[in-house]
Amino acid sequence: MIEAAASQPLLRVQDVAVHFGGIVALDGVSFDVAPGQIVGLIGPNGAGKTTLFNCVSRLYECDRGEIDFDGRALLSVPRHRVAALGIGRTFQNLALFRTMSVLDNVMVGHHCRTRGGFFANALRLPHAVKSDRAAAEQARSLLALLELEAVAGTRVSELPFGTQKRVELARALAAEPKLLLLDEPASGLNHEEVGKLGELIRQVRERLRLTVLLVEHHMNLVMSISDWVVALNFGRRIAQGAPAEVREHPELVRAYLGTA
Amino acid sequence: MTKRNLLLLALLLAVACVLPFIVSDYRTFQLTLVLVYATALLGLNILTGYNGQISLGHGAFYALGAYCAAILMDQAGAPYWATVPAAGAVCLVAGFLFGLPALRLEGLYLALATFALGVAMPQLLKYDHLAKWTGGVQGIVIPKPEAPFGLPLNADQWLYFFTLAVTIVMFVLAWNLLRGRIGRALVAIRDQHIAAEAMGINSAIYKSAAFGVSAMYTGVAGALSAIAIQYVAPDSFGIFVSIVFLVGIVVGGLASISGALYGALFIQFVPNIADEISKAAPWAIFGIFMIGFVYLMPTGVAGATRLLLAKRRKSP
Ligand SMILES: Nc1ncnc2c1ncn2[C@@H]1O[C@H](COP(=O)(O)OP(=O)(O)O)[C@@H](O)[C@H]1O
Ligand SMILES: [Mg+2]
Repeated sequence: MIEAAASQPLLRVQDVAVHFGGIVALDGVSFDVAPGQIVGLIGPNGAGKTTLFNCVSRLYECDRGEIDFDGRALLSVPRHRVAALGIGRTFQNLALFRTMSVLDNVMVGHHCRTRGGFFANALRLPHAVKSDRAAAEQARSLLALLELEAVAGTRVSELPFGTQKRVELARALAAEPKLLLLDEPASGLNHEEVGKLGELIRQVRERLRLTVLLVEHHMNLVMSISDWVVALNFGRRIAQGAPAEVREHPELVRAYLGTA
Repeated sequence: MTKRNLLLLALLLAVACVLPFIVSDYRTFQLTLVLVYATALLGLNILTGYNGQISLGHGAFYALGAYCAAILMDQAGAPYWATVPAAGAVCLVAGFLFGLPALRLEGLYLALATFALGVAMPQLLKYDHLAKWTGGVQGIVIPKPEAPFGLPLNADQWLYFFTLAVTIVMFVLAWNLLRGRIGRALVAIRDQHIAAEAMGINSAIYKSAAFGVSAMYTGVAGALSAIAIQYVAPDSFGIFVSIVFLVGIVVGGLASISGALYGALFIQFVPNIADEISKAAPWAIFGIFMIGFVYLMPTGVAGATRLLLAKRRKSP
């Protein structure tokens, strides 16, 4: 029984297709993400990786296909409910709340885990106060984990790019996700920072018992930390398997040479 | 809140309580209007400053609040103090309902829709079939409340303290709301609405609720203004009121609670000053003041004050 439950995928993407006008961004993509794994999603620019993330976060509507998360059909869930189900994400081009402090950004990440509406907050009813305190505490512990304590009160727009990326990661973690979607977390980071990032991703996976779906162009990073790799090109899955297998896959080699 | 801020606040409150005893009744009345405007601007700031939804028609909610108060007193004989929460409740519902379809509109389109509401309101108030309640073009005259419980205050002073009490309550509620979970969600929607939804914020509900709360504040202010002026008429609620409110929050400081107070002082006193400078072209002078303020303090008076205090802290 336990075996069976453990082998059930946390995320199941089945035959998902999306188009924008005449562009087919995803063309019947299927793959599974097993719980506890780090799965790398690779492919040249325009392959459809971000589009797939946007389908999972319900920002885009799919033309066809199904996405199941934790045994639940995701495509009938409104987008503001996705976080509460346990899916957190970062954005390829950063989508921070730029006028807010680092701490406030991370606290917004915890929004889906707290209650208390307009009335309770205006009157500072005990449960609203308590839940706000808990959010602040949780955010501070994440800032400590990601070495952001020193900038807790700083407006995010004043921070360097690499730091902003860590704030986004902290914000995503604040939602206490089961599945973390990372869209090119290493872009714009220097060599040393990329090494640290790989370590960090592995560390939070262990510590917070996460499953990670990672879009990344840094092949070394993807291949070194992923348990499984899925490769896309022109909206189709062209290969999947253990990192060592996929790395040598002729389709993938061709895809990258073709666009390089 | 820091100790220093608390001290400043206590000082401000003390000054506010002493003022009506040292200035003339007319000045006291003007200060009452400052408090009324501060509440209205706070409402508009919740919507536009914090949540990023532009309204060029908040004068309509101000009018609605004022007429609610006037009609309740005139037709139903309601006591003046009871009309304030009633006007707030009506405007809360009206604002929420207006906010629902407005969800489909952004930026300039929302500005246009709210503008339409603002220009339509005075005419709606003159509408023949409503004249039985609204008094048509003539409007409604309301009696001036006297100080209760034999308090040693004249009517102007009492009105001032009554308005001050309501204003304080409204400001405390707004401060609570905006510094917590809801305030963060409102700003998050303004800054990055897609990410806000990905964080689990139901932006449709929050945006309509922000509209409702904002309208409620402005409606409460409208009711207070009707009580203070003892008169409502359609022509005092033209589109100009809406525009001046917007000027108030920009000059005072967007997304700032104290900005509402600075903005209120500006829209109450700068027209008077302009009038003294030039009887011929007071609005030109007003315009010059406005440009000067925005030029010298691009983040409003509240923003400039914050910068100044921060600088002083760094170089003691
Ligand atoms: N919102 C959109 N509107 C129009 N075209 C889009 C949109 N999002 C993605 N696309 C197109 O879909 C294709 C896949 O894009 P994307 O998913 O961003 O690729 P990747 O993340 O793998 O680089 C590209 O051709 C891109 O131009
Ligand atoms: Mg991408």
